[in-house]
Amino acid sequence: VTAPAQYPHTGALPPAGTPAGAAALPAASVIPTSQHPAELQSAVKCSAVAADVVIVGGGIVGAACAYFASRAGLSVIVLERSAVAAGTTGAGEGNILVSDKLPGAELAMALRSVELWQQVAAELGPDSIELERKGGVVVAATGDSMAALQILSETQIRAGVRVELLDGGDLHDLEPHLAPGLDGGAFYPQDMQVQPMMAAARMAQQAAIRGADVRLGVAAVGLLTSSGRVTGVQTTDGAIACRWVVNAAGTWGGELSTLFGAEIPVLPRRGFILVTEPLAPLVRHKVYAADYVANVASSSGGLEMSSVIESTMAGTILIGASRERVGFDRTLSVPIVRRLARQAVDLFPILASVKVMRVYHGFRPYSPDHLPVVGPDDRLPGLLHACGHEGAGIGLAPATGELITEQITGVAPTLDATPFAPSRFGATQP
Amino acid sequence: MTSFRFDDREVPFQPGQTVAAAQINTDILSWRRTRKAARPRGLFCGIGLCFDCLVIIDGTPNQRGCLVPAQDGMSVKTQEGNGFVAPAQ
Repeated sequence: VTAPAQYPHTGALPPAGTPAGAAALPAASVIPTSQHPAELQSAVKCSAVAADVVIVGGGIVGAACAYFASRAGLSVIVLERSAVAAGTTGAGEGNILVSDKLPGAELAMALRSVELWQQVAAELGPDSIELERKGGVVVAATGDSMAALQILSETQIRAGVRVELLDGGDLHDLEPHLAPGLDGGAFYPQDMQVQPMMAAARMAQQAAIRGADVRLGVAAVGLLTSSGRVTGVQTTDGAIACRWVVNAAGTWGGELSTLFGAEIPVLPRRGFILVTEPLAPLVRHKVYAADYVANVASSSGGLEMSSVIESTMAGTILIGASRERVGFDRTLSVPIVRRLARQAVDLFPILASVKVMRVYHGFRPYSPDHLPVVGPDDRLPGLLHACGHEGAGIGLAPATGELITEQITGVAPTLDATPFAPSRFGATQP
Repeated sequence: MTSFRFDDREVPFQPGQTVAAAQINTDILSWRRTRKAARPRGLFCGIGLCFDCLVIIDGTPNQRGCLVPAQDGMSVKTQEGNGFVAPAQ
């Protein structure tokens, strides 16, 4: 007897924006048992599950997984121990970038995500997530730096990225307030920006409209297994039977994987961002110094800084970016803040007269090879990971949600999933 | 008596008072209008965190009224929107 997946009626109010009656709808079409991979048949037949998939984490990646899984007809529960976007999602700039990526698996995922973000925006309404197709401008201060940027851009173009090389004059046409005397740069029209907290909330909300249950204030504390397969998740609010569990805990995905007995290496890389007072439009694109790409790819444990500047729809300007491995240390570093401000003024002298309104920080989830950890865990069937996106989680979230959904439903993946496989770290049987 | 100018009126203050404290003491409750809906704003948190009490002081916008000590003869003006008159081009 096949136990149908049921939308759990917890008595909780539906999330804001859910149309009246949506919570009472039956679960969206459940994937027929015949479509599940053969080895899962017994598990599917035996358990009366509360949902097909439990996603742990209500950041952008968890929200995207819920969005795509619910769209594919899976019944979904999202567990978020705090609030939607309370972790790294709410501590970044909302960048969707292809420009800062070298050719390879991450760039392929970024290019797919750029397509998907536009589809997501079309469904949710671009304004509701402040999606801006503004393009990115990479600035090369010196001739050497310009030569390096030119070589990088040629490899990117072969990988499908659109790039327009710029001389000093072109740069100032695109960004009139840039400092004089810069050698040149490159324009990346595919780069976009989104308001990450709104994007996560709206994707989670859309999943809820499709029947997903988003439970805030509930943390996962362990897995339930039977015969070496996941059968559910233990939470601070009781056990939930399910077929698949997705670790979308972002920077805390490493800790969660340990709790689940299937460890993956994901650790924090701290960054500070300065927020200026709201201004009339002054910085038009996402603007960053060419050395940012090298810093992103670097494995140094020390402090790395490069200038990354963009405005938001609210009129503020966000100034980054620092990278350092100091664990989850939340201490404000005045020297770093000062240096970020000075770098920003070097690039945009007009910012010298602008006030910084606040400073925030966050922890990027990095893996040893700087690639996200996305896919099934070979050690524990039923467990999938979707974390470790470092500073690119907003941009890479939709393609991650799509890939996880394809892997769960057994559809051939749009992207080559091999480079993201959790087993690449030399997984051992638990 | 020390005082500063707020728009078209004089606001008296005790030495050591902030601009916001003097305004409240003079029954002035709003000195900014929001960027999108032009709604009135004044003192909210009173400790420099919320940036609700922004005001133009001596020509400089986005000053937190709750932190800036009142000075004799200061010019304080209602801040409309982001406080900048024209786009900073």
